[in-house]
Amino acid sequence: MSRDLQQRFDVLVVGGGPAGMAAAVRAAERGVRVGIVDDNVTLGGQIWRGESEDGPMKDAAKWNRQLRTADVTTLCGMRVFHQPEPGILLAEGADNLMELSYRNLVLATGARERFLPFPGWTLPNVMGAGGLQAMVKSGLPIRGKCVVVAGTGPLLLAVAAYLREHGAEIPVICEQASWRSLARFGVVLLRQPGKIVQGLKLKKSIAGIPFVANCWPVAAHGRNALQSVTIARGGKQETIACDYLACGFHLVPNIELPRLLGCKSLGGYVEVDSLQQTTVKGVFCAGEPTSIGGVELSLVEGQIAGLAAAGNEEEARMLFDEREKSRRFVRVLGRTFCLRRELRSLSFPDTVVCRCEDISYSRLEGHRSWRAAKLHTRCGMGPCQGRVCGPAVQFLFKWNPDSVRPPVFPARVENLAAFAGRPNAEHSAIRGGS
Amino acid sequence: MLSQAAVTVNGSPVVAPPGATVAVAVAIAGQACRTSVTGEPRGALCAMGICYECRVAINGKPHCRSCQVLCEPGMEIKTDESGFTATV
Repeated sequence: MSRDLQQRFDVLVVGGGPAGMAAAVRAAERGVRVGIVDDNVTLGGQIWRGESEDGPMKDAAKWNRQLRTADVTTLCGMRVFHQPEPGILLAEGADNLMELSYRNLVLATGARERFLPFPGWTLPNVMGAGGLQAMVKSGLPIRGKCVVVAGTGPLLLAVAAYLREHGAEIPVICEQASWRSLARFGVVLLRQPGKIVQGLKLKKSIAGIPFVANCWPVAAHGRNALQSVTIARGGKQETIACDYLACGFHLVPNIELPRLLGCKSLGGYVEVDSLQQTTVKGVFCAGEPTSIGGVELSLVEGQIAGLAAAGNEEEARMLFDEREKSRRFVRVLGRTFCLRRELRSLSFPDTVVCRCEDISYSRLEGHRSWRAAKLHTRCGMGPCQGRVCGPAVQFLFKWNPDSVRPPVFPARVENLAAFAGRPNAEHSAIRGGS
Repeated sequence: MLSQAAVTVNGSPVVAPPGATVAVAVAIAGQACRTSVTGEPRGALCAMGICYECRVAINGKPHCRSCQVLCEPGMEIKTDESGFTATV
């Protein structure tokens, strides 16, 4: 491995969404050597995808500007897949391998959408709600296309608004939560002035789109791609012709890397102390992996983690009150958008649950744990490593996630071998002086 | 400033909009990305590098996640690494 592919940081941030950007900016204020690494082509994460310093989103513009002027090394298109020894992470790019050593680490690995299987969900053009939005932000023409938006969570509204602004026709937004829990959610929003402004803006841009609660997709139809969607609504079923189904069931935190590093988790979230430090000393965590709480909470957690990781605990503490305010929203989110049990019985025996290995529902039924199902069927052992079917089988069969093993993402054999083949002495040399 | 990129998807020319990912070029070409192990056509699902459903071959290199790669002029994109071509 050549020297330029080895980089050493005082504070390394993994994940370039709002939490990671905030962490990097605040850590760099102390004049320490800071790096930020992300799998995506640009920083911004999912919510700020495609935003820039002069874009319409004020927060995104502000943090992009601060990051540019801060002394931070940005490494995009690099996916962290392994920790060969404490203090060193390996990241793989399109044609290269990097060895990143750190004194303190901030994990801001974000969240992904939760997907649930139903007949036809594997058809092309059935996508995540955030997934379709990301495609449109990346140039997919959507003008004049008909998109059914379905699933659960506040993301559905944001996606519907965005798609309509870009010329899509949205016949319906199907929200599986009940009107009752949505009404409670509304009451809590009234106590959060910032959220109200967001809500009003959203309301304006989705005005006229039917929003239906107690409603969910039961099947997607088409031969080689999606042609129509059947939804359940008030005890009846209705089939709607469409070009896309944008469907996600809220979010699941990406905690595979924190778990690989030995950070304890509770109920699917990484445990952190008041300074956002995990149970592993010097490893901090911020944003969605600690709780699904949205961009405001991510920004404040990221700042606390970045400041603390750079040794500036005093300033980190000054943000505790702000974090507490944003946290109230988290508790409400979880309650409002918890999944109804009817969603457990959408699959037919032949409905694919594990998309990587094409494992059907009937082959999984009857196994006692995910491990047993994995060993017998290869469920969750494909390239996504259970990131899609894991949360699904957890909901469907109440199977707990299995242990995490390296590499946490598929990596090229030569990149695994490159590190394994080198003598330990050289590892110490890299770390010496850090 | 980003500009359009002329690429090919399974040999057919596609003009990718500025800043488009390879997944977008494949969608514009009306193609599925890959064929599943039991022969089903699959396209991008998460569009954020997690699900691996959007794998294609780019300039001869297989198993590239098309949602995480930007189009570049002259890029040769091949869907369906197993040889079965599903038209969307």
